[in-house]
Amino acid sequence: MTKLETFLDALEKSQTPDDIQSSVEAVRDAYGISNAVYHAVNVGPRPYAALTYSPEWMQYYHDQKYVRVDPVVSGAMRQFHPMEWKQLDWSSKGSREFLGEAISAGVASQGISIPIRGPNGQFALFTINDNCNDASWETFSKEYKRDMMLISHFIHKKVVDIFVPEGEQAMAKLSPREKDTLKYLSLGLNRGQISEKLKISEHTLRVYIDSARHKLGALNTVHAVVTAYSKGLLSF
Amino acid sequence: MIKYIYADALDAFPKLRDSMFRDRAYQFKERLKWDVTVCEDGFETDEYDNMNPLYMIYEMPDGSHGGSMRNLPTTGDTMINDHFSNLTGGVKFSSPLIWETTRFCLSPRAGKLASRIGAAVCLAGCEAGIRWALDSSVGVFDARMVHIYKRLGWEPEVLGTSGAGKDAISAGLWALDEASKASICGKSGIAPEEVEAWFDASFPIAGTLDSMVA
Repeated sequence: MTKLETFLDALEKSQTPDDIQSSVEAVRDAYGISNAVYHAVNVGPRPYAALTYSPEWMQYYHDQKYVRVDPVVSGAMRQFHPMEWKQLDWSSKGSREFLGEAISAGVASQGISIPIRGPNGQFALFTINDNCNDASWETFSKEYKRDMMLISHFIHKKVVDIFVPEGEQAMAKLSPREKDTLKYLSLGLNRGQISEKLKISEHTLRVYIDSARHKLGALNTVHAVVTAYSKGLLSF
Repeated sequence: MIKYIYADALDAFPKLRDSMFRDRAYQFKERLKWDVTVCEDGFETDEYDNMNPLYMIYEMPDGSHGGSMRNLPTTGDTMINDHFSNLTGGVKFSSPLIWETTRFCLSPRAGKLASRIGAAVCLAGCEAGIRWALDSSVGVFDARMVHIYKRLGWEPEVLGTSGAGKDAISAGLWALDEASKASICGKSGIAPEEVEAWFDASFPIAGTLDSMVA
């Protein structure tokens, strides 16, 4: 059996979050890389991650709120192709400081992150990384990128099976207009500006906002925007 | 040249953006009489343009749109799964290795460049597939496109057809691989190196990560 088949075979038997953690470690070991990370942003009731980073680094990342400057996160929110870390936008000072901290913490300096898109805005992310040189990484990436895309997808499917009870797998679906409205609100536009952009009356706009709030079970507009983002209903 | 641009980055290219959505209005609404929505500013857009698709756009020397197509991953919401599963025997495509390609469009200003532009846009798709380890793209096409794809050297595998003659529409699967690239390059005279350069310009590598640490 190929590495991929061996892995998928083992994954098939997974039934618990601990099994998913073992699968992620198995990817790291089978492919001889430094780290593997699976992160579901909006699958199930809470974000879920299975990863091989040290607990110290995870805590530090959390405490420093690196999620705000990490270009893997911003890249994966808006793009869906497998992203080479070297092709991400490291232009901001914050992101380059974060990079320095990450490298000294042993997070590797080569990596690919694969955004995972599911129905209705479902969003997860799979990352592998290593410390090899550019040439070895290029060879590795060419040979195994396809495996990683399949692995990311199958881990994600398994996580959905484990965390999302059948029948609840379809999430609240916002209409495109509702999504546009919330997106512009999140960008700080006022109602007048939004209705002009969407070429609708302010009255119609209010209807969209109310219906989105209703679908999301949100108390007010701000809550609706935050909820839509955290549920992945708005992807950028 | 081809530019790969996600929807949320289109605003950096206003001329390209506006001419693309207007050319789409001309092609799909006026010429093909599809049931599409064109808003007051003359743009043809639909809900899938709001899902931050990746456009592959041929930029004319004057910075305007020459031709384009729109891509979305089939693991998320797609047009074929939402509206055309009658063409695929009810099958809904969902694979990390298959993307959906829609709104394949050529500018009425393309003139003599039309066949080169068509080939370039298809090559952009093939190159993305090669670099990103994708297998294929899936899409819906009408009868008039059959001979166009044939002439380009990139014939789809037809998954299903409804209607007949010039009213027929079909779902098709295109291979995104080196063989397709070679075939389209051969017919169009576009050099493979040129295609690779388009991709590299859209997704540049700034340097090693170590060199970027602040």
